[in-house]
Amino acid sequence: MKSQVLRNNAWLLAFAAVAALPLVLPNDYYLTVLIVGGLYTILSIGLNLLMGYAGQASLGHAAFYGLSAYTTGILAVTYQWPVWAGILAGLALSSLVSYLIAVPTLKLRGNYLAMGTLGFGVIVFIVLNEATSVTGGPSGFTGIPKLSIGGKEFSSDLEYYYVVWAAVLLLFALSRNLVRSRMGRALRAIHTSETAASALGVDTQRYKIFVFVLSAFYAAVAGVLYAHYVTFVSPGTFGFPTSILLVTMVVLGGMASLWGAVLGALFLTLLPEWLRAIEHFDILVYGAILVLCMMFLPGGLAEGAQKAWDASLSLFRKKGAAAEEGGGQ
Amino acid sequence: MNRKAVWFGFVFVFAMLLGAIAQAVEPVKIGAVFSVTGPASFLGEPKRNTVKMLEADINRSGGILGRPVEFIVYDDESDATKTVTAVDRLIKKDRVAAIIGPSISGNTLAVIPKAGAEKIPLISCAAAKKITSPVHPYIFKVAPSDLLAAKRIFQDMKNRKLAKVAIITASDGYGAGGREDMKELAPQMGISIVADEVYGPKDTDMTAQLTKIKGTDAQAIVCWGTNPGPAVIARNRVQLGIKTPLYMSSGVASKKFIELAGAENAEGILLPAARLIVEPQIPADHPQKKVIVNYIKDYEGKYKQPVSTFGGHAHDAVGILVQAIKDANSTDPKAIRDALEKVKGFQGTWGEFNFTPEEHTGLTEEAFVMVKIVNGDWQMLK
Repeated sequence: MKSQVLRNNAWLLAFAAVAALPLVLPNDYYLTVLIVGGLYTILSIGLNLLMGYAGQASLGHAAFYGLSAYTTGILAVTYQWPVWAGILAGLALSSLVSYLIAVPTLKLRGNYLAMGTLGFGVIVFIVLNEATSVTGGPSGFTGIPKLSIGGKEFSSDLEYYYVVWAAVLLLFALSRNLVRSRMGRALRAIHTSETAASALGVDTQRYKIFVFVLSAFYAAVAGVLYAHYVTFVSPGTFGFPTSILLVTMVVLGGMASLWGAVLGALFLTLLPEWLRAIEHFDILVYGAILVLCMMFLPGGLAEGAQKAWDASLSLFRKKGAAAEEGGGQ
Repeated sequence: MNRKAVWFGFVFVFAMLLGAIAQAVEPVKIGAVFSVTGPASFLGEPKRNTVKMLEADINRSGGILGRPVEFIVYDDESDATKTVTAVDRLIKKDRVAAIIGPSISGNTLAVIPKAGAEKIPLISCAAAKKITSPVHPYIFKVAPSDLLAAKRIFQDMKNRKLAKVAIITASDGYGAGGREDMKELAPQMGISIVADEVYGPKDTDMTAQLTKIKGTDAQAIVCWGTNPGPAVIARNRVQLGIKTPLYMSSGVASKKFIELAGAENAEGILLPAARLIVEPQIPADHPQKKVIVNYIKDYEGKYKQPVSTFGGHAHDAVGILVQAIKDANSTDPKAIRDALEKVKGFQGTWGEFNFTPEEHTGLTEEAFVMVKIVNGDWQMLK
């Protein structure tokens, strides 16, 4: 009973740890890494809802990330909109575009869906690159203001860290409720077999569109937070390699696992930073670690963490039992 | 049990030794961020190599201010987000006194707010004009703006009495920058742009654009991009039998371009380039002769590969920074910044650098010489 309570509320504990973390970090550089990690966590939770739960591939997810980042940036700088209005417009535009894309592309399945979303991602990348007069073109768009809400500017890394991780917490809780609801079960049914799901009365098309738009909305949240943190956006950040990185985070973390999304995003953000210490070989080691993870943990880091937890628990119990037996001799 | 004690002893002694070494002299820490991998690696790799080579040289000759120097080089993988975390790491974790790089304009623009807010001097090795205009107190750059290269080309055209130009530019950061600069500069220099064509950086055939240009009364064509696009244009131009003189940007000033285009297609192409590539043709009494000869000798001796003008940017940035630290007689970022603004008459591989509080790019268009490709080699024009 006690362990059930613990298990159900583990995420609250984890986020309490997040809140306390800045107090023990040796220097502020880790804050920046964790802010970037938080953004990727949001992206990866969103993509996991789509890929892990509903089983729909997206190879163009970075496009939604970029669309909202550019929208809020351009509105704030070129059109002098207040920051909050730009953010809302960015979120709205990304969601709207994702809806318009979802309706035709989600009729595709498997590889064709992957191709469709990939094409969309490439189109957005080209538009960001070529519409020089609006987006600043390939060399990027500068001068985006810092995030400010109601006159309060979040200019320090510490303040921004809390903003980003509050967003992570909120979206995590939302997703957690979603996947445990009727809708979450419907999504998993679609993943297993779309035909069977619709035979059981699940409106597959509607659910697929909903989860696609939701996952684009998550990406849009990360996008506006990115734009007002770095204060600069360039097309390279939102290109195909980023979409692939996001898919890697979801798969490496563990499909259909929210904790997996968090672990995958944080692991792939932190790993390259740790590996900076071994210059020249970092990319080699990075690749090797990914390969080993996928070989030995096909279920992702979430599965690995679960196994390690169970193993240490049983070890602990055995030791306790052995000590009791040993005491008698 | 015994073995454990022996191991423990070893580790203990080793740790003590390390501690003693670390305490001896605190090195001067300088950060560097280059695109060593990714699409811009042709810029970043020679820069990384140059910095590592100069680190050894400086330490062999006694370091700076009696302290050894340590260059901490990070790879940004040509990615803006990675550049931001790398610069943050240099400033907050490694606590460097100054930063050299990044090697591309977009990544530099991404970190200007960061370096500026933390008040750490940053010497960019990228070319975009936006980096130093408007002037930011802590941001400098050593690569001449593309505007200066464009100016050099237009000057050469005027000398040849050519007034109508067709421009064909790549749709990437470099090409778009050149296009903007040329459109801004042309009216001021009495040159009219009669055709304005754009190609994708990965396109493999530009005959469509060149055919359009052929139909205009252009007296010269200027192409702005980095390999391989310009090489394709050089080939297509010969295939289409276009005799109009062709100018290239300084972005292709390496032997790789002639190789890709083929010597017969590259024949007669004109371009502005750094003196580095025409080293044997520089007169012996030229002020940059010595520094260029030494750089080529050292680099090619150490790495067994040809030197590039991009590595030259890193060479100049290190030289200028070391001089500023010596002038300031301090490794305090503020003092280094103040000293950087006072660097005058510094002879680098790219030319003579003069900084002032209003001018954070040290070079003028004198950094470029006009070069003609003759028989698959460079020929410096007077």
